Amino acid sequence: MNNRLKVLRAERDWSQQDLAERLQVSRQSVNAIETGKYDPSLPLAFRIAELFGLAIEAVFTSPSKG
Amino acid sequence: MSAYRSPAIRRYLIRIIVLVILYLGFLIAAVTAFKAHAVSGIAAYGLAVLPALPVIGVFWAVMRMLVEETDEFLRLLHVRQCLFATGFCLTVMTIWEFLQNFDLVPPGNGGFGAAFFWFVGLGLGGLYNRFTLGTAGCA
Repeated sequence: MNNRLKVLRAERDWSQQDLAERLQVSRQSVNAIETGKYDPSLPLAFRIAELFGLAIEAVFTSPSKG
Repeated sequence: MSAYRSPAIRRYLIRIIVLVILYLGFLIAAVTAFKAHAVSGIAAYGLAVLPALPVIGVFWAVMRMLVEETDEFLRLLHVRQCLFATGFCLTVMTIWEFLQNFDLVPPGNGGFGAAFFWFVGLGLGGLYNRFTLGTAGCA
C-alpha cells in the first residue's frame, strides 16, 4: 500500500528510528511499512495517522485508488 | 523515548539459554547412564525421554514468542519463519522416509530427527525473510 510516511518524516526531520520510537514499534516495522512491503493493521495505521495529526487517508493511499 | 527492544524476543532468548543448558545436562546424564548400563526397565524409558523434554520446551518457547510479540511486523516475520521451518522439516522427513522405504538409505537418522530439521528450517526461514522482506526480524 502506497503511503506518504517518508515525506511526512522528512517534513519533521525524523529518522525511521525516531518514528519507530514515537510509535513504540521496531525500526524494521517502520521501514517495511514505508517501503510498502507490509501493510499495517488498522489500529497501527490509526496510531500513525494520529501521530502526524492527519486522517488515515492523508497518510495511506487506498489500494483501489492507488 | 528509547529504541524498541522486543520484550518477547528477550524472554525467548532467556528461555532458550535455560533450555539448552537443561538439554546438555540431561543428554550427558542419559548417555553416561546408558553407557554404564546403569538403568533398565521403566527408568530407562524415562531417562531416554528426558533430553527430549527441553527440545519440546524450545517448541513451546518459539510458539510463546508468537503469542507475546506485540510488534505486529516482527510477529509476521516469526510466523513466516515457523511456517517455512515446518514446510522444510516435513519435506526433508518425507523424502528421507521414502528413500528408506525403498532401502536407498540406511535405517535410522543418525540422531538428526524432525526437531533438528525444524531448527534448520527456522534459520532458513530467517534468510527467506531477509531476502523477501529485507529483514530477518531480530529486534
